[in-house]
Amino acid sequence: MSGGVDSAVAAARAVEAGHEVVGVHLALSRMPGTLRTGARGCCTIEDSMDAQRAANMIGIPYYVWDFSERFKADVVDDFVAEYQAGRTPNPCMRCNERIKFAALLEKAIALGFDAVCTGHYASIVLDKDGNKELHRASAWAKDQSYVLGVLTAEQLEHAYFPLGDTPSKAEVRAEAAERGFSVASKPDSHDICFIPDGDTRGWLADRVGAETGDILDRTGAVIGSHEGAAAFTVGQRRGLRLGMPADDGKPRFVLEVRPKDNTVVVGPKEALAIAEIAGNRFTWAGVPQQSPETPFDIEVQIRAHADPVPAVAVVRDGELIVNPETPLDGVAPGQTAVIYVGTRVLGQFTIDRTVSAVPVDAA
Amino acid sequence: MAVYLDHAATTPMLPLAIDAYAHAMALVGNPASIHSIGQNAKRVLEEAREQVAATLGCESIEVVFTGGGTEAVNLAIKGLFWARPGSRILVAAGEHHATIDTVEWLAAREGATIQWLPLDGAGRLSLPDLEAALAEDPEDIALVSVLWANNEVGTVQPITEISALAARAGVPLHVDAIAAYGQLPIDVSAVRAASGAGAGTGLVALSVSAHKIGGPVGIGALVLSRSATIEALIHGGGQQRQVRSGTQDAAAAVSFAAAATAVHAALPAESVRLAALRDRLVAGALAAVPQAVLNGASGDATVRLPGNAHFSFPGCEGDSLLFLLDMAGVAVSTGSACQAGIPEPSHVLIAMGRSVEEARGALRVTLGHTSTDADVDAFLAALPAAYAQAATAGHADRQTSFDLR
Repeated sequence: MSGGVDSAVAAARAVEAGHEVVGVHLALSRMPGTLRTGARGCCTIEDSMDAQRAANMIGIPYYVWDFSERFKADVVDDFVAEYQAGRTPNPCMRCNERIKFAALLEKAIALGFDAVCTGHYASIVLDKDGNKELHRASAWAKDQSYVLGVLTAEQLEHAYFPLGDTPSKAEVRAEAAERGFSVASKPDSHDICFIPDGDTRGWLADRVGAETGDILDRTGAVIGSHEGAAAFTVGQRRGLRLGMPADDGKPRFVLEVRPKDNTVVVGPKEALAIAEIAGNRFTWAGVPQQSPETPFDIEVQIRAHADPVPAVAVVRDGELIVNPETPLDGVAPGQTAVIYVGTRVLGQFTIDRTVSAVPVDAA
Repeated sequence: MAVYLDHAATTPMLPLAIDAYAHAMALVGNPASIHSIGQNAKRVLEEAREQVAATLGCESIEVVFTGGGTEAVNLAIKGLFWARPGSRILVAAGEHHATIDTVEWLAAREGATIQWLPLDGAGRLSLPDLEAALAEDPEDIALVSVLWANNEVGTVQPITEISALAARAGVPLHVDAIAAYGQLPIDVSAVRAASGAGAGTGLVALSVSAHKIGGPVGIGALVLSRSATIEALIHGGGQQRQVRSGTQDAAAAVSFAAAATAVHAALPAESVRLAALRDRLVAGALAAVPQAVLNGASGDATVRLPGNAHFSFPGCEGDSLLFLLDMAGVAVSTGSACQAGIPEPSHVLIAMGRSVEEARGALRVTLGHTSTDADVDAFLAALPAAYAQAATAGHADRQTSFDLR
């Protein structure tokens, strides 16, 4: 129970469904007061008090479990390391993968619980053989199946999402108000819970460090300099400060960040279009795809709120390769691609390799 | 009915204290009013003050009622610090947060220098270290502050010896007796006399709280020697020797006095009864879980609080054990909790030289006036299964089977 409205309603619904429920608030920082000072749904003392108040009203016991060390190592430090490696991670997915459905789940099972119930908007559906499948929430706008795409069959076995079939967030808020929860109109959490003011760039600059390096064009020619490669993300246009215009006079965009040699590669907008994404770290959500070495039709989603794009997937040489029907924009290595069949989450992979839709010569 | 074994957090109010409270709350009058109704309230208040003083071995005028133990500690430490020229504060390691946070605030905001005095493996203050610290420029020492008995592990400090060392150096001593009160005999005058304390030196200030002895929450007291000089923290009507302004809560004082008087009278027998219950609990726990370690000092009430048992259970988190025992209907504590309820490795155990792992597996079981043999039996019955299950949950920072992919 984060102290937000979703987990409060999820807990109440779980109780009404007849389960024996205990409210658990995750302590993810040793100094919770230093994280968010306002009530934005994560990590503050006020959030902990809101969660406890909701648990009291539901009539369930409530405890705070401390996972701050794991959270720092597996989520915060990982976030910094990924940026240092020139990649763009998603810390919420990492938290689901390593904290909520790993550290918390294992402790819960050891202490005698059967499942971790959260306020995520996603659905678990049984297939004809009784296997658990992860599906999008019925409220597409609130769907959070993307950030749960990392869950394996074993984790899904112990996951429970009572909000999955709710038509809208407004309905959850109305239900919370009806139940008398003080958090009914509490603002949604957003951004990254461990970055207090939402200034991800500034937060990273303090931790990643910066050194002057070269800006290259797609042929490898040096056309400018920058003050730290890690500050750039793929698709960025502003802040390049290139003295000379391109030969064709068109604006240039960041195409690639190479932290190893501290260089940034830029080029025309067309070169951002990606025709293929691939990664060798992939998992199946539930029952794996049968004979994935044969190409199969899917939809691919590369950000929490991106539209899914029809694509063909295949596993070749230990790599999951996805070719979208139309090129993808703004793909950065380190991002997670979640693949769907209809509403079902089939699996996910971390993007390690991309292929541009536009060859170097053509651009 | 749940079994309550967390009397060090707060102990149930004594029925006679509840009766006295309810009766006194109906009383009309501000003790500071000049008319006869006010005078009657004043009489009731001062009777209560005398009764509390009698349980602490001090004069009535030396009892300053406060809003609780934490306020008493703040008044003593800040008040003595500001009233004296010295900048150093000598503090035992493993103190309660009321002291730690107060002296750290003085260091951050008022230029105080904190000198932490080490504890031995049983939680006892090292007297040679205290003596050495006091010998070094004693003029610059504002005060010494120590717990009479540690609220987590129950270790009792040699207060007369500590007071004697402070007195010899000409330095005032504040003693936080909140955990000790009601469990040990406390006699401020006797300590001062035995330690050769002169005016304003040795034991001059002692903090207690009502709700730890069966009185109400919301009232405590600072015993402040007539000879001590102190700065007030709260200014206003000049009540209580101008040390603590504010309309005095006669009803809470009456209830506090009723509890204090009853506990003081029962103390010799109750101390023996609690120690026997506690010894059985400790023996049973160590027999049930041979890996468990009893933390703190072993011995009679001169070295360990009779109602205190404190263990480290290797290989598991204290909060897992607490949860499982709670589910089994037994209320215990991990010994320390921060504001958001986040369990932290006990700073007391760390100060006693224990590893972080031992500190994480800490469990405090404290007995009080309502404790019975049946409570001890219930704890011992629930412990083995709770320990076995908590041990499978292990530590929160380790890898899990879900990480292996």
